[in-house]
Amino acid sequence: MSIAATFEIEFLQYLDADGKLVRDDLPAIARDIRQLVDLYKQMLFVRVFDGKAVALQRTGKLGTYASCLGHEAAHVAIGSAMQEDDVFAPMYREYGAQFHRGVKPREVLLYWGGDERGSNFSGPAHDFAWCVPIATQCLHAAGSALAFKVRKEPRVAVTVVGDGGSSKGDFYGAINVAGAMQLPLVAVIVNNQWAISVPRTMQTGAKTLAQKGIAAGLECLQVDGNDLVAMRAAMDHAIKRARHGHGGMVIEAVTYRLSDHTTADDARRYRPDDEVKAAWQREPLKRMKAYLMSLNAWTEKEDEDWKAECAAKVDIEVNAYLETKSQPTAAMFDYTWAELPSDLAAQREAVLREDTRHA
Amino acid sequence: MPQITLIEAVTQALAHEMKNDPSVVVLGEDVGVNGGVFRATVGLQEKFGAERVIDTPLDELTIAGLTVGLAAQGMKPVAEAQFEGFIYPMMEHIACHAARLRTRTRGRMSCPAVFRAPWGGGIRAPEHHSEANEHLFTNIPGLRVVLPSSPGRAYGLLLAAIRDPDPVIFLEPKRIYRQYKEEVTDDGEALPLDVCFVLRDGSDVTLVTWGAQVKETLEAADALAGEGISAEVIDVATLKPLDFDTIHESVRKTGRCVIVHEAPRTAGFGAEIAARLAEHAMYDLVAPVERVTGYDTHIPLYRLEMKYLPSVERIVAAVKRTLAAS
Repeated sequence: MSIAATFEIEFLQYLDADGKLVRDDLPAIARDIRQLVDLYKQMLFVRVFDGKAVALQRTGKLGTYASCLGHEAAHVAIGSAMQEDDVFAPMYREYGAQFHRGVKPREVLLYWGGDERGSNFSGPAHDFAWCVPIATQCLHAAGSALAFKVRKEPRVAVTVVGDGGSSKGDFYGAINVAGAMQLPLVAVIVNNQWAISVPRTMQTGAKTLAQKGIAAGLECLQVDGNDLVAMRAAMDHAIKRARHGHGGMVIEAVTYRLSDHTTADDARRYRPDDEVKAAWQREPLKRMKAYLMSLNAWTEKEDEDWKAECAAKVDIEVNAYLETKSQPTAAMFDYTWAELPSDLAAQREAVLREDTRHA
Repeated sequence: MPQITLIEAVTQALAHEMKNDPSVVVLGEDVGVNGGVFRATVGLQEKFGAERVIDTPLDELTIAGLTVGLAAQGMKPVAEAQFEGFIYPMMEHIACHAARLRTRTRGRMSCPAVFRAPWGGGIRAPEHHSEANEHLFTNIPGLRVVLPSSPGRAYGLLLAAIRDPDPVIFLEPKRIYRQYKEEVTDDGEALPLDVCFVLRDGSDVTLVTWGAQVKETLEAADALAGEGISAEVIDVATLKPLDFDTIHESVRKTGRCVIVHEAPRTAGFGAEIAARLAEHAMYDLVAPVERVTGYDTHIPLYRLEMKYLPSVERIVAAVKRTLAAS
């Protein structure tokens, strides 16, 4: 018997759980201390925002909310590695990436607060909004990448999917067509170990999720998703090769969902406390802070000051959200088509007449 | 002036608009080198290149998702489902994304895409190649649903569908792809996407239909004329949004309505038309509305399929019932 194909999946990590360097071939980003501090500050901002959003839901001021607790390194790395005219197709908890792209925290709150205007956000107008039907966004990113290829634009489409989402046909379809057509697509599987209550081991018999890209003919890499340096290095590499016409890539970011799936979920029903406790030891902010402090680039005092500043910034966003009045009833009709068909216009008028009568 | 078939009119419209608008791309299975299994895209790849006439991997889900992505980024994709029975994997992208993108982003994004599919039965095709399921799309807000029944209407409506800023489901009655030829000038003139076509004037009964059943319905009108019964025939080529005014106006004149479609009866689109007649035209009617439709079964394999599809005899019999009732 001869060998038809072989493959191996590399695992990339620069910072261990304690913030110590585990290799010395450092990428450019690791030497840019100012930027690392800035990215760390963004991670901390996202964490403060996230905690506040959960608190808003618990006090009845926000609808169901999907927390990003524990994903900050992966998300901030993705957002900061992209250029503005690249296209981002997220799932529904990548706030860290989206803030970097100009989406406002108040818009995130508006979306989960039951208002479509949240998705008409301040980020790039070509970025996709939050995508609840699991993994469908992967194909929208692939379609965007196809548009860039047809128009010969040096742009890249980046999408995020979960470990559960990587079981879906949409994910496979997206990476498959990216391989077949050499599309500038970067698909990041944020493997947080849990798809609501179903653990990673029940999603697939494959040893890594990254290797799914092998079958599509893409370059694949598994990364410590809690290590900002590794995540950013991986993203820089993937985006650069995609932009230069070398095709797509699958990155598996290994992390952990420290929160419930959403505020409507109670993870204590299905996963052991010990596992969560152990995951907190590996979380992304702790190690980044330790690394920056070891470089004398950050102090405990700066950390406390920045946290307080984040809380103040978040409060401004929360107030802006809470003060946003509901859309008029007509809004539910007005964007269904570019031009309202006459029978729908009649339905709209009837509702508005009712509104006036009850006003 | 060249005489062309309905399928050739589809090709002509695609070629016209690809030439007219560089953002139009065609994608699907076998649409490129092979020119489509029905030859709807024949010659397009030679003319416009493989980058704009795109053979995709064999996955309808992929075709639909790519289409949404392309359209969201400013292209005008025309996607082909090889047969209507293969469109089901596309449904999530059509319903949750294409139809919804404009409203869920409050107009920031939109999806100017066309999803084409050869539709309906009657060509002795294998299983899953003969479905009529337009009603699954007419209930989805944000979609237009178009079903042409002549070469001229196929040309004008497909041009309009591609130019429309919102997603359009464009279903092509494959039984009459090559039924007859007519003159279609390649002048780039689009037809309106919200107006019914009155194909024949009449005074005793209004026959409302669409797709391949236009053929049987017109034949039934001929047969009825031989018996002194005057039937008006309306082709609802643009199902959604529905031009109910044209139907209502006709029923006001005739007082009778028979709706003919090949999809299953229960919750078929005929039910919507009948409901609107009940709401708005009750006092214009002198007889109950009749429906001549496919049965509430799956369309049978081809030995029985003509038993399933509405026939001239069934239409004539329904008309006679409405006449007997008043």
